[in-house]
Amino acid sequence: MKKHWTNNQLYQLILTQFLETIREPSVLFWGIGFPILISIGLGLAFTQSSGTQFHVNIVENHATALDSLIIHYGTKTMHDKSVVYTWTVADSTLGNTKFIFKNSTWNNAIVALKRGEADLILTYSGGKPCYHFDPHDAQAQLLYLKLSHLLQHPTVKAIEAEGHVTPLTLKGVRYIDFLIPGLIALGILNSLMWGISYSIIERRSQKLLRRMIATPMRKSNFLIALILVRFVMNMVEAGVLFFFAWLFFSTTIQGNIGALFLLFVAGNVAFSGIAVLISSHTEKTEIGTGWINAITMPMMILSGIFFSYHNFPEWSIGFIKLLPLTLLTDGIRSIFNEGAGLMQVAFPSLLLLALGVICFIMGLKRFRWF
Amino acid sequence: MHQLEVKNIVKSFKDVQAVRDVSFSIPQGKFLALLGPNGAGKTTLVEMMEGLRKPDSGEILINGKSWLKHEKELRKIIGLSLQETRFTEKLTVRETLRLFASFFGLGNERMDEVIDLTDLGDKQKAMVGTLSGGQRQRLALAVALLNSPEILFLDEPTTGLDPHARLDLWNILNALKQQGNTTLILTTHYMEEAETLCDEIIILDNGKILRQGVLKELLDGHAKNLDELFIQLTGRHLHEETLDK
Repeated sequence: MKKHWTNNQLYQLILTQFLETIREPSVLFWGIGFPILISIGLGLAFTQSSGTQFHVNIVENHATALDSLIIHYGTKTMHDKSVVYTWTVADSTLGNTKFIFKNSTWNNAIVALKRGEADLILTYSGGKPCYHFDPHDAQAQLLYLKLSHLLQHPTVKAIEAEGHVTPLTLKGVRYIDFLIPGLIALGILNSLMWGISYSIIERRSQKLLRRMIATPMRKSNFLIALILVRFVMNMVEAGVLFFFAWLFFSTTIQGNIGALFLLFVAGNVAFSGIAVLISSHTEKTEIGTGWINAITMPMMILSGIFFSYHNFPEWSIGFIKLLPLTLLTDGIRSIFNEGAGLMQVAFPSLLLLALGVICFIMGLKRFRWF
Repeated sequence: MHQLEVKNIVKSFKDVQAVRDVSFSIPQGKFLALLGPNGAGKTTLVEMMEGLRKPDSGEILINGKSWLKHEKELRKIIGLSLQETRFTEKLTVRETLRLFASFFGLGNERMDEVIDLTDLGDKQKAMVGTLSGGQRQRLALAVALLNSPEILFLDEPTTGLDPHARLDLWNILNALKQQGNTTLILTTHYMEEAETLCDEIIILDNGKILRQGVLKELLDGHAKNLDELFIQLTGRHLHEETLDK
């Protein structure tokens, strides 16, 4: 009897793996919906020039020079039974700055600071303003600089006084341009770690792996199907995210598409290898979840997905740059935003491929089918 | 020649000796029950016969061939249902069967046959996650029967099922017995299951064979049934859970 190609075990393993994946609504949400929501939220928050807003609590019983300024330049409104003055400084280059002043007692001002309802407390001592704020809070520092300038020169913009500002409109310098490659890399990491590791551990705990290898199924076919389906899903997820970013934020790929594909494959190989290694022995899903989190969480924090890793101490940067998620994220960013080609991503791609192959071999050596 | 020969099998886990020097053989087409309480060593013994565990010593031969040298060949001629296997819930009954059929290179024709045999026709498009306990066991049996196995291993196939679902499964196995092509090794701690289905019974406890033979031979002494026989042999009831209720 002629064998039909649909009876091929690799085809059936790929098909059933694919069906399982798409029949899990949460996979589609976390893989496609969630990164898009993050890019909308963070992209809009950091891309729109809607201006900045600062809250200042004034603790002063006597009349000061500020009173006449805010009465002249500000708008009086009532908020929570308190009088509030809003002073808006228009700036077409940097965006408008809105100062919201409110009188309060010292204790209430401290409570407002703790709750995040105020950024700075202003008092007067000997007729001079005294600024109270957390010196490690960059937002409060910026407010201090802007407010102190404003009180001295109410009608002169800081940027006019200190020099000339030319806004950069280059592609690839916006926050969204920084964010999208990071989200693509993070999607690959999460999809493979959860999609492969958790799937293997769950099947082992359900004794399904044992049942499968009690047949003439080729073990390699099982792993190939698992990885291949994830790879294709990652392509779709990355494609949908990029399409969304192109449509709404005009994000483009400035570098070589072939280099991007190479790096994408290398990233998938690296995280597939790690996923097989950490799921090679574990039987309990609770332990598996712990391992997956232990691998993914540090990289999510350190690898500069949402904010640059250069904020971390200098001594740690060399280590962070070697993390697989950092290699992948930096590589994708360089292709998206800096126009990198094959030569520029060859080294990180090789490192990722080598890491994946080593982890895969180690994983297979200690792999327990039951 | 016997279809299955188990010779002096020993298996230990750390300090526990799970199977102690067990030997028996079974000819083709016979149904054998391994009867014993929880922890008697039934599952360990069956998993060694299925080639899923290696014995510490001794030899297991199927059609004269050992697992060590002929694993590929033997995988094609056995069928099995493990204790508590959970099939993927997001696949339908038919998709699950098609997947396992592909491991044996089988097509729709054989799938339809086992669906009929296990009476899963109405459920073939249902997701596995929606099946009842009895239907899941029938699916496990259908998967085990796909390759028309020469030897079928069923590890406590009716544990946890209601009487009606248990009877359904017995009917399927009885139909299989009438065909006479399949040898069955069944582990159970239900004595009526062993009595109803099997030609020969082995009573196991603490990894050792306590008694072996056809039902009539076993009850030849003072015991009226298998439970009484087990009490005579061990001083304990065969199925403690029944007594608790």
